[in-house]
Amino acid sequence: MADLKVRNLKKAFEGFSIIKGIDLDIHDREFVVFVGPSGCGKSTLLRLIAGLEDVSSGNIELDGKDITEVAPAKRDLAMVFQTYALYPHMTVRKNLSFGLDLSGAPKQEVKDKVENAARILELDPLLERKPKQLSGGQRQRVAIGRAIVRNPKIFLFDEPLSNLDAALRVQMRLELARLHQDLQATMIYVTHDQVEAMTLATKVVVLNSGRVEQVGSPLELYHHPANLFVAGFLGTPTMGFLTGNLGQTAANACEVKLDARANISLPLATALAPGSKVTLGIRPEHINIVPAGEGLLSVTADVSERLGSDTYCHVRSQSGEMLTVRVRGDFAPKFGETLDLSFDTAHCHLFDDSGKAIDKRIQSAA
Amino acid sequence: MTTSALDTSPPATQTKSRKRGLKIGWFLVSPSVLLLLLWMVVPLAMTLYFSTIRYNLLYPDEESFVGLENFEYFLTDPGFMPGALNTLTLVGSVLLISVVFGVLISALLEACEFWGRGIVRVMLISPFFIMPTVSALLWKNLIFHPVSGILAAVWKFFGAQPVDWLAQHPLFSIIMIVSWQWLPFAILLLMTAMQSLDQEQKEAARLEGAGPIAIFWHLTLPHLARPIAVVVMIETIFLLSIFAEIFTTTSGGPGFESTNLAYLIYNQALLQFDVGMASAGGLIAVVIANIAALVLIRLIGKSLTDKQ
Repeated sequence: MADLKVRNLKKAFEGFSIIKGIDLDIHDREFVVFVGPSGCGKSTLLRLIAGLEDVSSGNIELDGKDITEVAPAKRDLAMVFQTYALYPHMTVRKNLSFGLDLSGAPKQEVKDKVENAARILELDPLLERKPKQLSGGQRQRVAIGRAIVRNPKIFLFDEPLSNLDAALRVQMRLELARLHQDLQATMIYVTHDQVEAMTLATKVVVLNSGRVEQVGSPLELYHHPANLFVAGFLGTPTMGFLTGNLGQTAANACEVKLDARANISLPLATALAPGSKVTLGIRPEHINIVPAGEGLLSVTADVSERLGSDTYCHVRSQSGEMLTVRVRGDFAPKFGETLDLSFDTAHCHLFDDSGKAIDKRIQSAA
Repeated sequence: MTTSALDTSPPATQTKSRKRGLKIGWFLVSPSVLLLLLWMVVPLAMTLYFSTIRYNLLYPDEESFVGLENFEYFLTDPGFMPGALNTLTLVGSVLLISVVFGVLISALLEACEFWGRGIVRVMLISPFFIMPTVSALLWKNLIFHPVSGILAAVWKFFGAQPVDWLAQHPLFSIIMIVSWQWLPFAILLLMTAMQSLDQEQKEAARLEGAGPIAIFWHLTLPHLARPIAVVVMIETIFLLSIFAEIFTTTSGGPGFESTNLAYLIYNQALLQFDVGMASAGGLIAVVIANIAALVLIRLIGKSLTDKQ
């Protein structure tokens, strides 16, 4: 079992508040990813859980036991660092057994555990090598192996793939997902890479300037962002935003008067008064380019990025906002060309003045 | 054009221009080669020559070839064995003191965060910048002096008879003076090396249950192997030829108690005016230094050349 509870956790460095009150529940066998822009406190939160930093206030519970003040080594957690932090003068075998040797575990038990971890990670042929003789991916595996031998309740990963090249990162990502399945382990993983967050997580925690913005499964966050920050942070290319005012509202629909000289009716119910300022968000794949005159919105084409399978057209609305449209790979508008767009209204997101999502969907009500 | 011909090592078809480039290259480096030859070979040759003739400044007209007689005299000189042993003791003790205390002091400095750490660092390193003669005189007159020295005052405070350090424990006193000068060098190197130890390694060890002592033993010390090797190599080179500290304090005495080889050679050449024997002594010292260097490279050279 590994149930971690974080309650009202706060951390300040020399008066600067980094973590501003976080509540979080992590359940057994979950793969939780902390994601957020740099400086949002995700690594600090992980280090607080690991015990490498002292908590300013609040508490951390593991399986009902308060571990806020417990020494890092006694928390039953193991951490994998971004730079791997292997001991350079020790062989792979010694790196793996170091913690167990220190704790005075019986020789045979240490040997078994090390060889078991080596087998899981396919490190057997490398056991007598020094870290400098290994490639980046192999070093990463040794670092993970060092965590496995300790048989921790929770694995902590601090941006473990950031130092690898792109191809290796994809491969290690798959290996990590497989490892999570094989070990049936609870893992907490910090990254700034939303692809890692989306692909690995069973639960994503989006952090921003020391606060939790939203917690949920990757697709839940993608389809139902709770606020403008989450909406803008997840998804590549990012969601486009258009400002406007609320027009007439009905029980199952509302009209939005966009600043970009267009009116759009959305199947959303809102309690906001007509005339309130709102922001409409729409992802690139939910915008279509339609023949002139049939569109909802008339825009000017900016540059386009052609990826082969898709083309990302960046366009500018009449009020100057930038939108990205995802179209077929063989389509590329000329720079400065006028395009007509239509929106997939079922996938439009609406945010109120404070950035919170207006998310009473008619479909879910039905 | 000529330099590029040298740098890029052109294909075989261009052998002519390459040959020309080689010639010009030799021409260009010849001044420094000549200077080095003059600097190294001429003094060595002269020393070799002097060591085989009778050459005493007191008897300028007697300059006959004597073969290896000078070497024999030097090796059988009553000062030779004590000098050689003192040299070894001096080098060994100072190395031991500077490495052990260097590691401990720099580890302590790295471990504790306190106000004025920057100043303490500078003060720890500053003895290295004081001229050997000056520091020897400081120790002689302010610390070791049996009447006005600090140690004498301490001894008197406890009611003990002050010790005349330089007369009663001459070699020990000189080891203290030289250690005082060379410990800062070790601290300087080890302190900077200590700062380059990866913090995440320490944190990983902490998570695995390693306490401060285990971290020091299993992470810090292995990390310092290379800088310690550097300290030992460089200090050995300089400590073999310690002279000013002995000259300004004990003059090698009493007897030969604080004479090392460098001082013995000086003694032969400039106090007894026997240039021939001093040259022989110099050559013997060169041989001893080379043996020491060889042993050192065997012992610690591996950690220097090992890629990390």
